[in-house]
Amino acid sequence: MPSQSALSPAGPQAGRIISLWWMMFYVTGAVFLIVMAFLMAALVRRRRPYGGAAADVPDVRPEPSGERRMSHVVLTGVALTVVILFVFLVRSYVTGRALDSLHEQDHLTVKVVGHQWWWEVSYDNATAAYTVTTANEIHIPVGRPVLFKLSSTDVIHSFWVPNLHGKTDLVPGHENVTWLKADREGVYRGQCAEFCGHQHAHMAFTVVVEPYEKFKAWYDAQLAAAQEPSTESQKQGRQVFLSSPCVMCHTVRGTDAGSRVGPDLTHVASRGTLAAGTLENTRGHLAGWVVDSQQIKPGNRMPPNNLEPADLQALLDYLQSLK
Amino acid sequence: MRLARRLAIVFWAAAAALTSASCMREERGFRVSPPPSGRVQTVRLTDFQPGPAQPPEVTQNAYEENAYAVSEGKRLYEQMNCVGCHFHGGGGIGPALMDAHWIYGSDPSQIFSTIVQGRPNGMPSFRNKLNDDEVWKIAAYVRSLSGQVAKDVAPSRSDDMSGPPPESATEKKPPVKSGGIPKSAEMPK
Repeated sequence: MPSQSALSPAGPQAGRIISLWWMMFYVTGAVFLIVMAFLMAALVRRRRPYGGAAADVPDVRPEPSGERRMSHVVLTGVALTVVILFVFLVRSYVTGRALDSLHEQDHLTVKVVGHQWWWEVSYDNATAAYTVTTANEIHIPVGRPVLFKLSSTDVIHSFWVPNLHGKTDLVPGHENVTWLKADREGVYRGQCAEFCGHQHAHMAFTVVVEPYEKFKAWYDAQLAAAQEPSTESQKQGRQVFLSSPCVMCHTVRGTDAGSRVGPDLTHVASRGTLAAGTLENTRGHLAGWVVDSQQIKPGNRMPPNNLEPADLQALLDYLQSLK
Repeated sequence: MRLARRLAIVFWAAAAALTSASCMREERGFRVSPPPSGRVQTVRLTDFQPGPAQPPEVTQNAYEENAYAVSEGKRLYEQMNCVGCHFHGGGGIGPALMDAHWIYGSDPSQIFSTIVQGRPNGMPSFRNKLNDDEVWKIAAYVRSLSGQVAKDVAPSRSDDMSGPPPESATEKKPPVKSGGIPKSAEMPK
């Protein structure tokens, strides 16, 4: 299970955010405890009796020395509050500046496009032939700054990997950017953090942080065209894929399927999840998804497909060979 | 005073009834069963027939009672480039869809088969390009263009610029059978 927690930072930015957060947590926690202590003291302390009269009549006569003491206490409280808030202000300003200071020449650029309800991921390269496009799974090398260019095709989404950074919105018709760097290898889960419709809750992705060599190997594998079918069944499966409505939305590089409405399936079998982190990528889940995705993720754009059982099995063989 | 109170009660009851009706409109049937596509194998596209007249085609398309499905049909109508020829219903290269004239029939099953099979003079076949579910949604939307579906189901706005009034404001036009090919598709003289 990939980690998804802002409390265990895996990069410098998440580290700064969490140290700011802990400071605020401890300070406000202490303030809360002090206020509660005063409240309890006020509740518990007995009222002073009124010159021998009945104890339940409060003493409301002005008392100059007490008044002065009280105003000192209140003034000290106000001054402390202002100082604390000012410290918070300065600290969060410094953190905000530090978060934005990652601009470096030697960086990787990843374009993320939000769709209802999945993530299109493409790695920018000056040479178009070296551009890799995938979905719902982002691989980045450890220790190298990454520039994310974020946009959307439909509504506002928000890109959030709690272990690495705060949130940045994906706005249709506008490119937002965010930088992040991961110092610790691992698999981190991110998800959409801006309500974007029916399946907002099922719009997740994973960020795989790995050493550069492993990343490079993954990148080269993703760059390759789809694997040619090797068995009869896989060949039949490709035929089913190319002669059914699949091709109207999906791309498998190396075949005639080149539509970009749905996720790129060139290396679908190499990904860990299906349907934007909704399902584990297994044969059974894939079959259920192809045949009746509306049962699994109601409202998603994938229509039901009533395939003949033999055709479905062949199609699954083919899709599972797309490593 | 009493009358005013009664009127208020009637007003609030009517408001509540209207509100609950509008809630129903937002109910999304994601797995509504459209008619079986086998139905389309037997559909008649013409009224010409030997012998005594037979009743016209009548098919119930469950998607015509589902605002979400009709709006999905509208989305597909744009994405599949139906607008390329039929425009937003007004027609141009292909026949108009917002008028009362139907060359191959106005029944949902007839529209379904027109989309799946294609028709002479330019209508391409979408067989194996769209699956049945999507075609039934498009068929529902196509009928909403001429006001054949209920007004609270028909789309009430477009996501982009569009000339005609919204489908939900379209008056129902009783279908008229018209033969031949659209004027625009005739051979140039």
